[in-house]
Amino acid sequence: MNGFQSKWKGLKKTTKVDFATYLGVTAAFLIVSFCQSRGMINSSMGGMLVPICCYIVMAVSLNLTVGILGELSLGHAGFMSVGAFSGVIAAMSLREAIPAAPLRLAVAMAVGAVFAAIAGTLVGVPALRLRGDYLAIVTLAFGEIIKELINCLLVGHDSKGLHIALNISGSLSINDLHLEEGGVAIIKGAQGAAGTTKIATFAAGYVLIMAALVIILNLVRSRSGRAIMAVRDNRIAAESVGINVTKYKLMAFVTSAALAGAAGALYGLNYSSLAASKFNFNTSILVLVYVVLGGLGNMWGSIVATVVLYVLPEALREFDNYRMLVYAIVLIVIMLATNNDQIKEKLDAVRRRFTGKGEEARG
Amino acid sequence: MKKFLAAALAGAMCLSLMAGCSNSSAPSNPSNPSNSSTPAASNPSAPAASAPSASGAAFKLGGIGPLTGGNAIYGNAVMNGAKIAVDEINALGGIQLEFNPQDDVSDAETSVNAYNNLKDWGMQALVGTVTTGPCIAVSAEVFNDRIFALTPSASSTDVISGKDNMFQVCFTDPNQGVGAADYISQNMAGSKVAIIYQNDSAYSQGIRDTFVAEAAAKGLEVVSETTFTEDTQTDFSVQVAAAQAAGADVIFLPIYYTPASVILTQAKAAGYEPTFFGVDGMDGILTVEGFDISLAEGVMLLTPFSADADDARTKNFVDTYAKLYNGETPNQFAADGYDAVYIIYEALQAANCTPDMSAQDICEALVAVMPTITVDGLTGAGMTWAATGEVSKAPMAVVIKDGVYVTP
Repeated sequence: MNGFQSKWKGLKKTTKVDFATYLGVTAAFLIVSFCQSRGMINSSMGGMLVPICCYIVMAVSLNLTVGILGELSLGHAGFMSVGAFSGVIAAMSLREAIPAAPLRLAVAMAVGAVFAAIAGTLVGVPALRLRGDYLAIVTLAFGEIIKELINCLLVGHDSKGLHIALNISGSLSINDLHLEEGGVAIIKGAQGAAGTTKIATFAAGYVLIMAALVIILNLVRSRSGRAIMAVRDNRIAAESVGINVTKYKLMAFVTSAALAGAAGALYGLNYSSLAASKFNFNTSILVLVYVVLGGLGNMWGSIVATVVLYVLPEALREFDNYRMLVYAIVLIVIMLATNNDQIKEKLDAVRRRFTGKGEEARG
Repeated sequence: MKKFLAAALAGAMCLSLMAGCSNSSAPSNPSNPSNSSTPAASNPSAPAASAPSASGAAFKLGGIGPLTGGNAIYGNAVMNGAKIAVDEINALGGIQLEFNPQDDVSDAETSVNAYNNLKDWGMQALVGTVTTGPCIAVSAEVFNDRIFALTPSASSTDVISGKDNMFQVCFTDPNQGVGAADYISQNMAGSKVAIIYQNDSAYSQGIRDTFVAEAAAKGLEVVSETTFTEDTQTDFSVQVAAAQAAGADVIFLPIYYTPASVILTQAKAAGYEPTFFGVDGMDGILTVEGFDISLAEGVMLLTPFSADADDARTKNFVDTYAKLYNGETPNQFAADGYDAVYIIYEALQAANCTPDMSAQDICEALVAVMPTITVDGLTGAGMTWAATGEVSKAPMAVVIKDGVYVTP
């Protein structure tokens, strides 16, 4: 026990925060799973668990781009969209090849991550040469382009394999894929994916969050992570000491895209219908709000902010049509409160009482 | 430091848990006044639809639709119509209903959240959802949970396929395409047809596909097919010119009324006067702001509901609707919502359900009686249902004359 304590004391503060984050997520997962098995969670909360997991992964991965790399990306929902639709196609076409749902879900998430990573590379290579607002505009455009492309996409699956058509002229329909008897139409253009078998689970969401945290936190604390932060803090200084700016920018951006793709696959397999219009500009902004309110570069902050801000609109249903108005007011209040010096001082005072010493808590 | 972090994190994560627990405690108490007053408070002009809840002898009817956002016009119409029906039924004295409409912003994710919220409230049957995409997502949930659902207006076949407890009030998309092609080939034989449709809308694309197939089967000649999207629905000069050049004398418009009003205006400007033929989305064209109603003269449409019909029931509904909702004229969505509540009411009576039955028992009972009942509603007389959930009623073709619908 003493050995453990001295070991823990010897750790760096950032390492302690990381472990506390893992521990907190695991504890929350265990508590919620326990309550769910005892029937203590209502269906409203139960239904939100998987989307919360998806948005947590979206937020921590966007935090890598915005907080750690310091580039403003407004197309994060585009990567989620790529992951969601490729994941749905993978899961639906592997229904017979892989009968076990958890395995199929894992494969779908991997496929989603790979396709989103490819999209991330395609966008990242030209876009990361741009700076500031221009990158924001390009990623914004990317999100819209993906939406339009998926609106044209027709995908079906039968015993002969996948049938894919791109309905650019607008005159094709799902019948033009000439599916065999017993084949399934997976994506029907503007209708999106309908009739998807739901296989997403809360446990898979937990595993995905842990994987995302391990990948991101290890990347950030590594040599590469320090290089990425050096690029953020001063690009010229970073270049002058021999850091390959494009390489490190791309590394962070593609990792972020791949995780968003995996989250998208989980999301897509949690609903039996999914339209491309869901992944629009608003969804990107929503995730950005989670990141900003949770604190740039602060992973556990993103997690807490996502949980609170996702549950809030549902908890406000009693306000009926005014609930989004109340939600907006709450957002503004949170923004003001977390940036108010007086409140910060009070929080620090409370913190000192708890810890018994005047340690500066904010890292 | 570490203790604080761990505590803060665990505390914040558990916050969600507590939110869940506190929600669950409220709906379990049926006499909770704050809970039961919610639907009434949402719309002060609507009478308290939830009045009988205190006795605990009312069926709990949930409603899901877009009450805010871009599609709010459809969701609000359905819910307003449904509230009128609930009040009428409660006034009759027999079966009592409690209605709780929830907003889904026409988004599948929010719709499932709203559905789970209603489940916690103790919903025994669902009127909804209003729009197709969210309805497909929710229909998978109601099928798993065995809760009876009747959608007033989600018209895709994906909504009902493979789900025995999901029923529709509106026509399916294929049904409308076939109906339109049959009507044109019977009554306007030998005409050349042009189609203008929206290819990024599931509704429009679905009707166009079946129309083209049925037209080919009936030997109807389609001479021009042009498309537009959500972003290009402000100018149709190219599409109209293509139809004119192809010599079409009927233009089939399986689209909503807002773009249709632009097409009518531009065709008039081009000096082109074919017969325009719409489907149920065309209903509402006479209410477009700034639209010259005389342009709609002679437009034909297939609609299940006409606010100008002179039967007593429609008149009563239109009057009540105008009185409660700022003098608005109800469209077919409102009538669909109204009918949906009456259909559930008739089915509950036929199945001898009582409010103390569980949602699952009610579901099985209603699924058994749905194919056997016949309901006269505002959107069709003698509506019957197949076990698949599809409604059977005659589409009504009307023509616009002097600003009102008349039967040709």
